Amino acid sequence: MATLGPSGFSPYPVAVYESLLNPPPGYALMFNEIVEENVAMREAARAMLTRQNPTIFPGPQVLYGWNEEAKEKAKLVKKMGELLGAKIIPMYDYRPKYPKINPAVEINPNHPNLTIWHNRIKACIFVGVHCHYANVALKIIRAETDCFTIAMCGMAGHEDAMITLRDQHIEEMEKFIRIVEEVKRELGK
Amino acid sequence: MQTISENLTYNRAGQRVVSPDYLLFEAPRTKHFMTGSEAVKEAVKRASVDASVSYPITPQSEAAHLIGELWVEGYVGVYFRGESEFGVMSEIAGCAMAGARTITTTSGPGTLRAFENFPMWAGTRIPVQLVLMARGVNSPLSIQPDNLEVSFLLDTGCMIWYAENAQDLFDMILAGFTVAEQPDVHVPVVTVVDGFFVSHTREAIMLPPDDIALPPYNPYKAPMPVIDAEVPPGRFLRDPFVMKSNYISYATHASWQWEVRSAIERSRPYAKHYLRGLVEEFGDPSAELVFVACGTAAAQAKEAVRLLEDEGIRARVVKLKTIRPFPIEELKQLVKGAKYIFVPEFNVVGWLEREVRRYLYGVSEAEVIGAPRVAGGMTMPAEVIVKEVLKLTGKEVKHVL
Repeated sequence: MATLGPSGFSPYPVAVYESLLNPPPGYALMFNEIVEENVAMREAARAMLTRQNPTIFPGPQVLYGWNEEAKEKAKLVKKMGELLGAKIIPMYDYRPKYPKINPAVEINPNHPNLTIWHNRIKACIFVGVHCHYANVALKIIRAETDCFTIAMCGMAGHEDAMITLRDQHIEEMEKFIRIVEEVKRELGK
Repeated sequence: MQTISENLTYNRAGQRVVSPDYLLFEAPRTKHFMTGSEAVKEAVKRASVDASVSYPITPQSEAAHLIGELWVEGYVGVYFRGESEFGVMSEIAGCAMAGARTITTTSGPGTLRAFENFPMWAGTRIPVQLVLMARGVNSPLSIQPDNLEVSFLLDTGCMIWYAENAQDLFDMILAGFTVAEQPDVHVPVVTVVDGFFVSHTREAIMLPPDDIALPPYNPYKAPMPVIDAEVPPGRFLRDPFVMKSNYISYATHASWQWEVRSAIERSRPYAKHYLRGLVEEFGDPSAELVFVACGTAAAQAKEAVRLLEDEGIRARVVKLKTIRPFPIEELKQLVKGAKYIFVPEFNVVGWLEREVRRYLYGVSEAEVIGAPRVAGGMTMPAEVIVKEVLKLTGKEVKHVL
């Protein structure tokens, strides 16, 4: 059996039942604290640079060129992956995969734990995943894995992630990339 | 659907698009005299609604009819009659999944007939608005006011808001779209009002001008992709993993359901802002006798507070504007120092009393009294509420029958 997470086995209690809500605009949520976005970005970069098998899970909103912002974001995700030395495993759609998912090559919101267990992922970034599916997946990951989750959300954020960055658009993603470069230098990587 | 643009100046009806804050709080208002059903029409007129589906059932028929008039006048994009209440709630879901701002209305047995759809709405994260004009659901059949049906809706995953009067209803409909469509909320909102008492009676109501309206709904901010067979990523429908019996599907279902409930919790700060608080207090804030109520029961309790003043008894009302999310912290704060909490209700089961007891358990030492309770179309005269209080205090009854 793979390692269980903080709530273990069942997604209950979910973060909002532990009094966590998404951060207000301009701020980030780090564990159970509202912090400045910079602070959370640095911690996210550190987690991705120091934990085993860091992985980015890009969702449909950055995988498909459905508008100009999506295309630009996709390039930034790729750059982020290269800088962080992270794998990129896509969540290209939301359908449950039956009879069996190939966890080496994809992740699915209905059973994200399988991909995390299989690849022994200890830190990950969700980006471009529609909010509902990100939330469903993050709750399962929180319960059933010890993976450090980072949500890079274009909307209001995901309180079930360990770090929630909200309103993340091109400018914010570029900022995160700059912070990754700084943290990398500080860590001597 | 209307063209989606952050910089849209006018909607399809030619109304100037303004912010929800401007429409609700800042726009100048003028006084009108109208029924609750007419207030629904006035709210929908200013809400840039894309689609509405109707079916006649008393007492909501007039509201549904008036939304139809708005379609004729060009304020509502699509309007048609469903085959039944079940059909209406399914069809409105289809419209919402396709990215439309939608509203419909129902009452009593119509609610029950449509029931399977409400958890489906919540589970598919569509921000449909249902104006529920509460009516009895008992057998023998009743068309009279009674809010028993609300207790059935409490755990469907929809937000439940409760309007006291036509003014509340008008404001709640506009606020309802605004809160329900927040990307991190995005669940249906049921705006409840007591049938007949509000839907069919006329009262003064303050309205902003009708040449301004809410910004159109932007489905591209929805937490699930809208249905669009042509443009990726729109092909991702809600697959029925329910059909699979294995641990994975169970875990997904558990997470999914928690997520829907989480979404309701996330609505708190938005609802607090757009409703100016989840509760309203009336009367002497230091009074030890508190009425906790919603809808017209709150209105009658306010009258009872005035009558009790004449009896030398200080009392106050805590009116709950939202039932889901339940204003837990607000209630706990407001009943500090209370010795007696009366919960007057328009139903036989006392669902609000149960809610109040649940959230005050171990928190308040006040005695909770589930009375008075009327049902089946009975009115709740303020004197009846006063009588309950006087029974408790042993005081001589002056006002009461």
